[in-house]
Amino acid sequence: MTSLVQHVFWLLLALLGAFALGSVALAQGETVNALWIVIAAVSIYLVAYRYYALFIAARAMQLNPLRPTPAVRRNDGLDYVPTNRYVLFGHHFAAIAGAGPLVGPVLAAQMGYLPGMLWIIVGVVLAGAVQDFMVLFVSTRRDGRSLGELVREEMGYWPGVIALFGAFLIMVIILAVLALIVVKALAESPWGTFTVVATIPIAIAMGLWMRFVQPGRIGLVSVAGFVLLLLAIVFGEDVAASPRWGPLFTLDGVQLTWLLVGYGFVASVLPVWLLLAPRDYLSTFLKIGAIVALALGILILAPDLRMPALTRFTDGSGPVWAGALFPFLFITIACGAVSGFHALISSGTTPKLLDNEKNMPLIGYGGMLMESFVAIMALVAACIIDPGVYFAMNSPAALIGTTAESAAAAVSQWGFVVTPELLTQTAKEVGEATIISRAGGAPTLAVGMAHIFSALSGGGTAMMAFWYHFAILFEALFILTAVDAGTRAGRFMLQDLLGTFVPALKHTGSWTANVLATALCVGAWGYFLYQGVVDPLGGINTFWPLFGISNQMLAAVALMLATVVLFKLKRERYAWVTLLPTAWLLVCTLTAGWQKLFHADPRVGFLTHAAKFQAAIERNEVLAPAKSIAEMRRIVFNDYVDAVLTALFIAVVVSMLVFSVRACLRALRHDRPTARETPFEPADRISTGSVGRGV
Amino acid sequence: MANELSTLLRTLRQAAYLLVGLPDYDAYVAHMRRAHPQRPVMSRAEFFRNRQAARYGEGNGRCC
Repeated sequence: MTSLVQHVFWLLLALLGAFALGSVALAQGETVNALWIVIAAVSIYLVAYRYYALFIAARAMQLNPLRPTPAVRRNDGLDYVPTNRYVLFGHHFAAIAGAGPLVGPVLAAQMGYLPGMLWIIVGVVLAGAVQDFMVLFVSTRRDGRSLGELVREEMGYWPGVIALFGAFLIMVIILAVLALIVVKALAESPWGTFTVVATIPIAIAMGLWMRFVQPGRIGLVSVAGFVLLLLAIVFGEDVAASPRWGPLFTLDGVQLTWLLVGYGFVASVLPVWLLLAPRDYLSTFLKIGAIVALALGILILAPDLRMPALTRFTDGSGPVWAGALFPFLFITIACGAVSGFHALISSGTTPKLLDNEKNMPLIGYGGMLMESFVAIMALVAACIIDPGVYFAMNSPAALIGTTAESAAAAVSQWGFVVTPELLTQTAKEVGEATIISRAGGAPTLAVGMAHIFSALSGGGTAMMAFWYHFAILFEALFILTAVDAGTRAGRFMLQDLLGTFVPALKHTGSWTANVLATALCVGAWGYFLYQGVVDPLGGINTFWPLFGISNQMLAAVALMLATVVLFKLKRERYAWVTLLPTAWLLVCTLTAGWQKLFHADPRVGFLTHAAKFQAAIERNEVLAPAKSIAEMRRIVFNDYVDAVLTALFIAVVVSMLVFSVRACLRALRHDRPTARETPFEPADRISTGSVGRGV
Repeated sequence: MANELSTLLRTLRQAAYLLVGLPDYDAYVAHMRRAHPQRPVMSRAEFFRNRQAARYGEGNGRCC
């Protein structure tokens, strides 16, 4: 009887979610309150968790609370530590949530709020959360091994090498795109640049303090660092206005690119305690704090959405990024709906901290639901600002010009009426010289967050500029941390890969090998960053889809691994759980990859674009934005590089598909499970810690 | 009541530390005392440095 009552509660919750979704989807021509989106998302998340996640746990995974986890079996107080589930939830969430779920939905808003919202909600329930959860399961049952090792063990040596190679390429593209977002946000913005530069000495001071004065205590020093950050934002206004210092911090995109590349190299060879770790602490606490504040802000203010449910750009003619709704929407919103990168986290530290298998759904599935909620909030923040302002901020200068007048005229012509005065006034409110063509998502999100926070703090528009730069700083801070940490991780991956061919390069203790691998890694993402910055369409236009394709392909690889494991466990009757999202991701990424290569529209297809410029070179004609034939040649060359990269992604994912199908067929021929799980050891045979090998 | 409050504060502190990848020092010490009484135990500073190096060491990716 009580269970019936419980089901009735969940049924009511499901109905509430359906009703909210209906009100959002069917509201024609009337404004919709953002709360409906939040209610729809949260109720669907809860119902999905209660039924789908627990179904997967009970049937496909057959989780066993009596089976000791790696944290229990190998407890060493360091890497393997049984951890309270809520504490671990926080750790896992902080590791998976980055710039991705904040930027993708903002860019996707060009098609209206509805497509993005539906994909975020449906995607996370059926694909993203399933992936994180399954990888956590597979890794936990194998002593917390990493994705690369898992692929190698369950599928073979070469699939392992190919997966590692794919992961490295993805890392390069992610770093380039993240750095590009920072460049776009800071270009010609002395206030923003000053505050971001100021984080370096602040972090170093914190690092020195934590190293030598109070080792192991991070609370007070983080609070002090945070206060200094706020002071940097406050004084940034005066620095920007100062005739002496203002010009010093007013940098264009190319200058910022060189600074970032130099920074990436230096920062990733410095000892971690000096800059990386302390800034990581600041950025993590700031990130969690800002996300909580944004959630509270949306709940309290309950703003109306001003973006229409659907815009005319669903046909692929959009200015923010090129390509039609299918497949490019599902590429643009990667993190937040499904993100392959999470497979690296779910097979990283998290499985080594899990205290009991029964907590796996909360961490694996629940953690990703939380990230999806962040994506929903980013979508809301982008859709509550004036659509005219949104398009002026996110369209490239090649389409809307560089003045408020030309931008307002172009955007109004698309049907989003906006006046030049509104554009200049918005720029003034947020303390910037201009807000036109600031693609990349971060500035748009910052305007949205500034609206919410300044309304909350009651300062009216007086506080807008402060909150805008706070939001920019918050994003730049954790992007820079990701660039720094990513360059290190990329360097290790590269050394591992190159070591397959030249064993000497594998020695991470060798200074030459390290510097060489770091330089290669920085050079690789720096090349794409530079290309993005000088791109007349703003770079984001080209690279965000490439990032999305690669990230979703990694997700497909992780889900294929999970499918292989289900087959090897002889549980193929539940394999649809992973096959469904795998199939969808393969359809989307392969279609998108194919279109990026061969689409007839030069805005979408790399090869068509190259052919167009090549033809012009042969006619000795210079096409805008190039100013000389030499620049035209460079554009053609870059197109070919992008095309080769896309082709490599496709090759990686197709070969992984072949290996997976073979592994599944082989598993089917066996009449007993062939998965290589760590054998079950009853808890009473583990005398706390002594079983742990090589502590 | 005071007891529950201190447990709550302790959990919150553990959560904040683990957000940035630092496991609980007290739990480490307790584990060492219980499981390996004969082995030396790192000081808080050593433990902190060891964990910092491990977090940003080999193969630890971070998300986008």
